[in-house]
Amino acid sequence: MIRRLAFAVALAAGLGGPAAHAVEPAERLADPVLEARARALSQELRCLVCQNQSIDESNADLAHDLRVLLRQRLVAGDTDGQVLDYVVARYGVFVLLDPPFAPATYLLWLTPPMLVLGAGIFLVLRARRRRPDPGLPALTDEERARAALLLGERG
Amino acid sequence: MLVEIGHFALVLALLVALVQGTVPLVGASVRSRPLMDLGRSAALLQFGLVALAFAVFMHAHIVSDFSVRNVFENSNTAKPMLYKVTGVWGSHEGSMMLWVLMLTLFGGLVAALGRSLPASLRARTLAIQGLLGFGTLAFIIGTSNPFDRLFPIPVDGRDLNPLLQDPGLAFHPPFLYFGYVGFSITYSFAIAALIEGRVGAAWARWVRPWALTAWCGLTIGIAMGSWWAYYVLGWGGWWYWDPVENASFMPWLLGTALLHSAAVVEKRETLQRWTVLLAILTFGMSLIGTFLVRSGVLTSVHSFAVDPTRGVFILVLIALVIGGGLVLYALRAPGLETGNPFAPVSREGALVLNNLLLCAGMATVFLGTFYPLFAEVWSGVKLSVGSQFFDATFVPILAPGIIALVIGPVLAWRRGSLRAALRRLAPAIVGALLTPVIVFAFDRAAPPAALAGIALAAWAMLGVLTDLADRSGVAMQPIGIAWRRLRHLPRGTWGYAIAHFGVGVLIAGVTVSTAWRSERIETLHPGDTVEIAGRTLRLVGVTEGDVANYHAQRAQIVVERPGSAPMTLYPERRWYPVARSQTTNTAIATNGLGDLYLALGDPDGHGGWVLRAYYNPLVPWIWFGAILAALGGLVSLSDRRLRLRLPAVRTSLAVRSAGSADN
Repeated sequence: MIRRLAFAVALAAGLGGPAAHAVEPAERLADPVLEARARALSQELRCLVCQNQSIDESNADLAHDLRVLLRQRLVAGDTDGQVLDYVVARYGVFVLLDPPFAPATYLLWLTPPMLVLGAGIFLVLRARRRRPDPGLPALTDEERARAALLLGERG
Repeated sequence: MLVEIGHFALVLALLVALVQGTVPLVGASVRSRPLMDLGRSAALLQFGLVALAFAVFMHAHIVSDFSVRNVFENSNTAKPMLYKVTGVWGSHEGSMMLWVLMLTLFGGLVAALGRSLPASLRARTLAIQGLLGFGTLAFIIGTSNPFDRLFPIPVDGRDLNPLLQDPGLAFHPPFLYFGYVGFSITYSFAIAALIEGRVGAAWARWVRPWALTAWCGLTIGIAMGSWWAYYVLGWGGWWYWDPVENASFMPWLLGTALLHSAAVVEKRETLQRWTVLLAILTFGMSLIGTFLVRSGVLTSVHSFAVDPTRGVFILVLIALVIGGGLVLYALRAPGLETGNPFAPVSREGALVLNNLLLCAGMATVFLGTFYPLFAEVWSGVKLSVGSQFFDATFVPILAPGIIALVIGPVLAWRRGSLRAALRRLAPAIVGALLTPVIVFAFDRAAPPAALAGIALAAWAMLGVLTDLADRSGVAMQPIGIAWRRLRHLPRGTWGYAIAHFGVGVLIAGVTVSTAWRSERIETLHPGDTVEIAGRTLRLVGVTEGDVANYHAQRAQIVVERPGSAPMTLYPERRWYPVARSQTTNTAIATNGLGDLYLALGDPDGHGGWVLRAYYNPLVPWIWFGAILAALGGLVSLSDRRLRLRLPAVRTSLAVRSAGSADN
């Protein structure tokens, strides 16, 4: 976190002057439905000059420009998918915070379910192997009676 | 002069570390008591020397000695004294100094408290700790010398990054490093056990308190970092799945697994090999975390390539520590004793499940953190892995763990009955199913994920309460007896109960604050009002002024709510002229059940100001929960069965409690 912010601060300092703030009232669209779509979309897009912040959260100038840009596309009648395609065409896949399910990310998306599956198989195999518990000799009748007597006090 | 003494002490510490890392190892293999005992004196001496160097470094910061490059780059005469002190670990060099101070502190503690340890195990543990110290000190002296001088001596310094001039962040690194580095001692114990070829209950009794200590520090450190992000970044987020956050979260996940599996080794003498492996990997993750943060590899592969000295040094250190540890493990683990058998449904079984899920969760976080790096190196594709990936994978993996977290402690060791456990937990089951239904009745638009989260939170909290009620026998006994039984439960049991309850509290906080937060972002002129969550906010005005090393713009906002007295909040923006940067200082009013969160934005140039107002319900519970978890760890640590200096008593207690099913 320290590094990321140090980096963000260094950038802000490099650009000079106070940066604008995330999602400003002036940017907002009058139509609440379009604006809600714009907010949802801006949470999926990365602020390219920050580390790991969406343009919705970022106060960098570039994030502001992108927020305005995607609202312009929405007003022009683009679907959400078209807006994202438009931005990706200009800035590359990097701009998407959520990586799409594509050959380059098969490994990313498929590994977690594989891990769970592997863990499950491991547990099942282990349970099967261990079923006849060798370390647990059955109690004799006498022992059982004594155990009942001892446990009896506790109800 | 003083600075040279500090530098000299650091170099001397390096030499002592070399002696500590070699002589006791030889001593242990030729069975020479004096050579083995050298490890203790060396560990104490090494700690003393590093502490001296650290004190000198801190002194240079306090008196603003700008002839030291690090002080010039990170301090300023106008900086408040608190941040002159805490600014010591605000820079790369300083944080490495803090790291090595913690490392030698842990070595010194084992030397001082470990009188009752078998001599050879102690000698080998201290030797490994010495080698780790040698590596770190070589890194500091070779690539990150904190005592580097500057000439000509500048008149004033460049000031510390203003974001770090904050009480939350001032004390975040010491806790975090205490945790990170604390796992070095469990690593050293693990390697020593592999060399010895034995992992017994006595070994686990030594490892568990150290793992617990480190874990508590790491938990508090992460919670503080998250809290800081929450109030500093100005829009109320508290976790970003940022690589730097993940860097501390990965060792935490493995450390949590280690904590639980060490308990199994101690109570049941099983899972020994797995625990040793976890101890190696946990510290390995701490090192990888350091590498992530310190090498600059995160910003981009290219910034790493520009100045790879530090990064390559840490990489070699990681390769030696993890690689060496794993090779030794592969060679020696097959010779370790095999554990006592247990049925799949048993407390051991539940702990194995917990370990598997925590490790799978860790692997997912690891994958998400490093995938962009791998993808760029292999295919040249630059892509991002954001919070949606982690939310979609990590959360479902850990959710079953929350279910097991309640059932596990109710199961008997060795062979348990799931039906009996569920019958005992019946009240918690009813509560966990009912709570989301009640919530849904109030809010028909509640998202299903939020309802599931609420069910899990209720399950964890009610499950612990049910178990405690059951252990006290409150249903069958007079209340006085039940109370006495409750009071006399072992501290370890209380520790588990508090920590697991804390997990429930945390889940409630995360779920409710994510699903039901409200937001208003408006431009206000003095006198304008805005409504949020039943409250009316009125901007009185914005005042400006110079304070210490910054220029402040401070808004006065009156909050009115029907039925309660109005209160005034002061969200602020600060401009640090020396560091040339702007920070947001949010104003937060909390009542324990929710936060009203205000951040001041830009002026619009016509007398208006952007105000960002949020209402975050239950958000404080996130940190309450984390603090409860750490508190549970501390309570557990105070259990007399874990107390460090009672070897004779401990053995007899261990014999006595071997058959009982308590915690």
